Amino acid sequence: MQYLALIYSEDGVGPQPEDPEFADYMAGYFKASKTYEEAGIMRGGNALQDTSTATCVRIRGGKTETMDGPFAETKERLGGYYVLDCTDLDQAIKMAELIPTAQHGTIELRPVMIIPGDT
Amino acid sequence: MTGTAPGLRQRITQIMRDDQGRLLSALIRTLGSFDLAEDALQDAMERALVHWARSGLPDQPDAWLLQVARRSAIDKIRRKKRFRDKTGDIIRLIEEDQEDRSADPPEIPDERLRLIFTCCHPALDEKSRVALTLRVIGGLTTQEIARAFLDADTTMGQRLSRAKSKIQAAAIPFKIPERADWDERLNSVLSVIYLIFNEGWTAGPGDAPIRTGLCVEALWLARLLTKLAPDDPEIEGLLAMMLLAHARHKARFDPSGAFVPLDKQDRTTWDQGMIIEGLSILDRAVARRLPGPFQIQAAIGALHTQAETPEHTDWPQILLLYNRLAALMPSPVVYLNRAVALAETGNLSQARRALGDLAGPLAAYQPYHAAVAELARRDNDLTTARTAYDKAISQSKSDSEKRWLSDMRAKI
Repeated sequence: MQYLALIYSEDGVGPQPEDPEFADYMAGYFKASKTYEEAGIMRGGNALQDTSTATCVRIRGGKTETMDGPFAETKERLGGYYVLDCTDLDQAIKMAELIPTAQHGTIELRPVMIIPGDT
Repeated sequence: MTGTAPGLRQRITQIMRDDQGRLLSALIRTLGSFDLAEDALQDAMERALVHWARSGLPDQPDAWLLQVARRSAIDKIRRKKRFRDKTGDIIRLIEEDQEDRSADPPEIPDERLRLIFTCCHPALDEKSRVALTLRVIGGLTTQEIARAFLDADTTMGQRLSRAKSKIQAAAIPFKIPERADWDERLNSVLSVIYLIFNEGWTAGPGDAPIRTGLCVEALWLARLLTKLAPDDPEIEGLLAMMLLAHARHKARFDPSGAFVPLDKQDRTTWDQGMIIEGLSILDRAVARRLPGPFQIQAAIGALHTQAETPEHTDWPQILLLYNRLAALMPSPVVYLNRAVALAETGNLSQARRALGDLAGPLAAYQPYHAAVAELARRDNDLTTARTAYDKAISQSKSDSEKRWLSDMRAKI
C-alpha cells in the first residue's frame, strides 16, 4: 500500500538554515531517503518552497479564480512529502519516524486510494 | 430472523458471543481483509439461523460457521474478481475448506491476539478502540455498546464502521507487534481494557445492569489476554488490579443504592474468592521482577483488601507504592492519590499543599474536589471544605455519589 507522508511544521520552529545543527538536519533527510531507496519503497518525494509562494486556483461559475497563499492558513505548514510503498501502517509509521521534521513537526500519513480496475 | 424459535436464537447469540472473536480472527488471517471476514461471518450467522432451525444444532457449531463463512467469502471474492485477480485467495480458501472436512475435529487456530492488537491500534482514536474491542473480541452488539457508553445506537454504529474502514483503508496490520514495539502497543491494549473496566466502575447503581457488565467484560478480556500472551507481568497486573477492585463491588452501594466509600464498607461482603485469585495472580506477576504501573496499582489494591478494618490499612506502604507509581507514570491523578495517602500517614498540611498544586490540571475532575473537601474538613478549614464539596457535587455524574457528597457536606 502506498502512503503519502505529508511533512508539516511550524514556521521558524526546528533547525533553520543559519543554525549550526541545520547540516545534521539535512543529513537526516538524505539518510531517510537513502533508507527508503534501499528498502525499495521510495515512490517519490520533494521539499516544497515556502507557503508564501503558494497559489490557489478554483473555478466558480465557469470563471477561474486565483488566490495568493496556501489553501488553509494554519500555524503548521506543509513543507514537503514522500510517497512510500509499505506493507502496512506499522511499517509506514516506522518509516515516518525517520523524517527529521517528526522531531519538532508532524508527519501525516495518508494511504493512497486504490481505484478498482487500475492495477 | 422472524420465525426462529427463541431458544435457538438465544443459543446462536451465545455461540456468537463466545466464538465470534476466534472465528473472525481465523477468517481475517486467511482472507487478509477485516471487512470481508466480517461480512462473511455475518452471512454465516444468518444462514445458521435458517439452517439450524430446520435441522437442529450441528455437532460443532463453530466449525460449521467457519466453513459457511469461508464459502460465503469465496462467493464474494468471485463476484469481485473482475476488478482484481484473486485466484490465489480462492485456491487457498478451497484448500482450507477441504482440509477441514478431512480433519476431525477441525481445529480453529486462535488468532485473537492479532485481532486485539488491530482493534487497539494507536492509529485509531481511543473511544473507537474501546468500542471495537467490545464489538469484535467481546462479541457485544452495537446497541449494547451504545447503551453502556450512553451513546445513540447510530452514533456508535457510525463510530464502529469508521474504525473498520480505517483498518481496511490505511492497512492497519493484523499482526502481533515486534519485540521493540511490544511494550508500547501492549500498553494501548491494556489501557483499552482498563477504560472499559473504569466505565463500568464509575457507573452508579441506577444503570448498574448494563454498565457493571463492562467490569465483567473487562475481566473476561484481561483473562483472555493472559491466555493468549502468557508470562507478561503487566497483563497479570491489570487482571489482578481489576479482580481486587471488583471483589468489593457489592459493598460499594448500600441496599438503598447509596454510595459507600471504602472505609465505611462492610468488608464481609467482599468476594474472598476473587481476592484470593487477584493476590495469587499478583504474586505470579511480581515474581517476574519486571515492575510496571498496573502491578503497582494491583499491589495498592491488595493492601486495601488485606486490611481487616480501615484502621489496619498499611498507609505508609501505600504511600511508598504511590511514590513508585508517580515515578513511572507522573499523571495528576496519581499525584492526587499520593496526596490522599500522605494525609492518611499523618502529613495533612503537606498533603493539602500537594493538592493545591493540582488545582489546574484536575479542575474538572470530581474526585479531586472531593479529596480537597475531605482534607480541608479534617484540617478544620470548613469554608474551603464546603466550596470544594459544591464543586464535587456539580461535577458528579452519578446520583448516588451526588447524594453521598451532599450528606458529607451537610455533616460539616
